[in-house]
Amino acid sequence: MAQVSLQNIRKIYPNGFEAVTRTSFDIADGEFVVLVGPSGCGKSTLLRMVAGLEDISEGHLSIGDRVVNDVDPADRDIAMVFQNYALYPHMTVRKNIGYGLKNRKTPAEEIERKVVEAAKMLNLEPYLDRKPSQLSGGQRQRVAMGRAVVRDPALFLFDEPLSNLDAKLRNQMRIEIKALQRRLGVTSIYVTHDQVEAMTMADRIIVLNEGRIEQVGTPAEIYHSPASTFVASFMGAPPMNLINARLEGGQVLVNGGTPLAKAPGAGAVTLGIRPEDVELNAAGPLDFHVDIVEELGAHRLLHGQLAEQNFTIHVSKEIAAVPGATRVALKPDALRLFDVETGKAL
Amino acid sequence: MKRAGFTTRWLPILLLLPQLIIIAIFFYWPAAHAVQSSFYLQDPFGFGSTFVGLDNYTDLAGSGEYLKIARFTLVFTILVTFFSLALALLLAVKADKVLRGARSYRTLLMWVYAVAPPVAGFIGLIMFDQSWGPLTELARSIGWDFKLGVNFNDTAIAMVIVSVWKQVPVNFIFFLSGLQSIPKAVREAALIDNRSASGRFWEVTFPLLAPTGFFLLIINITYALFDTFGIVDTLVKGEPGNNPMTLVYKVYVDGFRGNDLGGSSAQSVVLMVLVLALTIFQFRLVERRIHYT
Amino acid sequence: MTDVTQIQTTTMPMRKFRIRWSDVGDHLVLILGSLFMLVPLLIVLQTTTTTDVATIKNGPELVIGDQFGVNFDKAMFEASGFSGENTGMSMLKNSLILGLGFALGKIAIGMMAAYALVYFRLRFATFAFWLIFTTLLLPLEVRILPSYEIAQKLGLLNSYSGLIVPLIASATATFFFRQFFRSVPEELVEAARIDGAGPVKFFIDILVPLSQTMIAAMFIIMFVFGWNQYLWPTMITTEEHMYTLVRGIKQITQDLEGTNIPEYGRANMLALIAILPPVLVVIFFQSWFVKGLTESDK
Repeated sequence: MAQVSLQNIRKIYPNGFEAVTRTSFDIADGEFVVLVGPSGCGKSTLLRMVAGLEDISEGHLSIGDRVVNDVDPADRDIAMVFQNYALYPHMTVRKNIGYGLKNRKTPAEEIERKVVEAAKMLNLEPYLDRKPSQLSGGQRQRVAMGRAVVRDPALFLFDEPLSNLDAKLRNQMRIEIKALQRRLGVTSIYVTHDQVEAMTMADRIIVLNEGRIEQVGTPAEIYHSPASTFVASFMGAPPMNLINARLEGGQVLVNGGTPLAKAPGAGAVTLGIRPEDVELNAAGPLDFHVDIVEELGAHRLLHGQLAEQNFTIHVSKEIAAVPGATRVALKPDALRLFDVETGKAL
Repeated sequence: MKRAGFTTRWLPILLLLPQLIIIAIFFYWPAAHAVQSSFYLQDPFGFGSTFVGLDNYTDLAGSGEYLKIARFTLVFTILVTFFSLALALLLAVKADKVLRGARSYRTLLMWVYAVAPPVAGFIGLIMFDQSWGPLTELARSIGWDFKLGVNFNDTAIAMVIVSVWKQVPVNFIFFLSGLQSIPKAVREAALIDNRSASGRFWEVTFPLLAPTGFFLLIINITYALFDTFGIVDTLVKGEPGNNPMTLVYKVYVDGFRGNDLGGSSAQSVVLMVLVLALTIFQFRLVERRIHYT
Repeated sequence: MTDVTQIQTTTMPMRKFRIRWSDVGDHLVLILGSLFMLVPLLIVLQTTTTTDVATIKNGPELVIGDQFGVNFDKAMFEASGFSGENTGMSMLKNSLILGLGFALGKIAIGMMAAYALVYFRLRFATFAFWLIFTTLLLPLEVRILPSYEIAQKLGLLNSYSGLIVPLIASATATFFFRQFFRSVPEELVEAARIDGAGPVKFFIDILVPLSQTMIAAMFIIMFVFGWNQYLWPTMITTEEHMYTLVRGIKQITQDLEGTNIPEYGRANMLALIAILPPVLVVIFFQSWFVKGLTESDK
């Protein structure tokens, strides 16, 4: 178990492309950190640098109290779960799980004991003598987990481990992985492009975009107080509504004049609000035209136009809704303001 | 066959006909004829032939010369197969690893594929030329008076070297494509699991190359047995004499030069059985071959 | 000097330009391997630029001589045999005819057979498949004499059709195209049939254009394979005007014996001409070639 520290880490490929710009953060012992962002944001590169599968162009990486920039992957005391599981196709499940231990000169009885223990934990016992090709996707995923768990590493690395599973299995494994990590208390870095995975699993989320960190925070912080319009629109489904507004006379004005809340400053701003912080209210201050009602069972999403801009609101299943004109009210304390130019939160 | 196949009757037959006619005339008929004449003794002047049963075969089994050639063919096949596979594997592993110049290396290592065996044999003749061949000179510099075409062992060594030179590219191409089809993540997982590069190679990469390796094993044995004909023919300069030769070359020498039709045919049948055995072996392997997916 | 280094270290403080010894080793192995492959060709090339006397006296040297043109003329336009008909020119022509005829013949015959096997309801399809498959068990080497006799009886000796036709039956090409046709989506035939295309139209308008890269890959392999044929041409062509370059190589080697001054320059030039076309084809169409080779899997 160990804390991990990245100081001014950069990745520049030989062709000059900068995949990760100067990035620093620390991960506490036992913490579950999720790196999330769209594809090409540098999250996988970052993870692979921690694993030692990519060279670090600049900066220092330490795991525990050791700088590991030039340490071989096998000597970093890490375990990694890959997107396609990367199981050794010619080895049985038993050998797959035990392979890392064998290479560390662990005695055979101890390997066997640990492998069986891990297999029990992951419900893999009946499959120990099968080859990966004879297993289902979910079972392979478990073997990949077993291979990581059995090593008893200082750090777990997950590279989109659930992206090849179907939706139902993905939900189940999400919970299992999180529970397992809680139980073992191993520091973990988890990479995903799926914001639901990030929200549900992380102790702390790091949102990345174009090779730089957009925001670091707990899931609640990221969700409720996004640091930028990028985070606001990337995290949460449906995303936060972002509409053009104006600051004038200590008020936020939308639609050419309707004041919504007090705020200092002047000029154009981007106003953000989560769909569930909007309520249908015949006496509300804003016109909203519903185009489409999306029925989701537990609740409904109403997509339409507010101040001639796309806007979505979330209403509970008790509230009837039909396309057409209506009025809404925004919860004042849920309003978020962003700079029009930079997209940063004000 | 496709689910929605066409039902026209005459067209498919017409389409298959050219292939089947050629096969019948130039494959089945000659093969059957070879089997048949292996039981006959042909009059040396071409006046008819007499049925002699298995005499041609027992003659073969009792012939010291034939057994000697069979032994040589075996040793030759083992050496050529081993060295061309080993060398190609080494080069493919390295070519797969390097980033810089990978394409140039690939081209430099595979062009020899396109050289015809007898032309490869000709290049061997030049390299081992008695008066100025660079390899003859090299041998001389360590006190070895290399005599291609005169000394049995020297000629055999030249045959092996030339045959390996000619075969490395094919093996290289297949090994390289085999290596490139191993998922990157599996290699990376091994990188985390095993700190020793040689350990990773023998325990992960090599077993994953095994299917390619088995396939190439058969290809190489077939090559050493059959396709080296041109190399042997040029290196012995068409004068078998005391020189080493392979079983296939012997069929040709006896049939064409010696006019021993019966004996040559019996040898052909022995070779057919050999090919059959190799093919069955190959299919057993393919059947049992683990499909790593 | 110091200033420059300082600037460099300040802009890139952490970058290290380490030499990795394992990389050096990798390149060393590859360079040695490439030399093993290349040096014999370079020696052959060098001797085509010098006089035969110089070659015998000095062996291969690091000098490019001025005899290339002379040797080229000798190789291409002077006959080596008795009849005076097997000049380099005529052998080159015969090699090209063999290579092209062999490749086109194999592709045409193989595609037709594969089409019949995959797209038609044919009662004896399996039987035909096995008939074709079994030819893999009968390499030319085990049926040389009787094949020769048949060719003789059919009057095919010393003719282009005798050179090419017996060689073009091909299990390899048939299986290669069969494999590819099977991977073509089923819906395509269904759509074509709905659009009113019959079997001939479907083959010509849809399947052949779809197979373009497959045909190209097969063509390269088969051209090289055909160009390099040796045993069959050796038997079937006895007249010198029918010799191919590869077939003629034996006579070239025999020229190195006997005569007072072996004609290394001319012989090596002919070998070079025999090597160059297939090698260039393989190098220029490398990716197709590799694809065809590794996917046909024999």
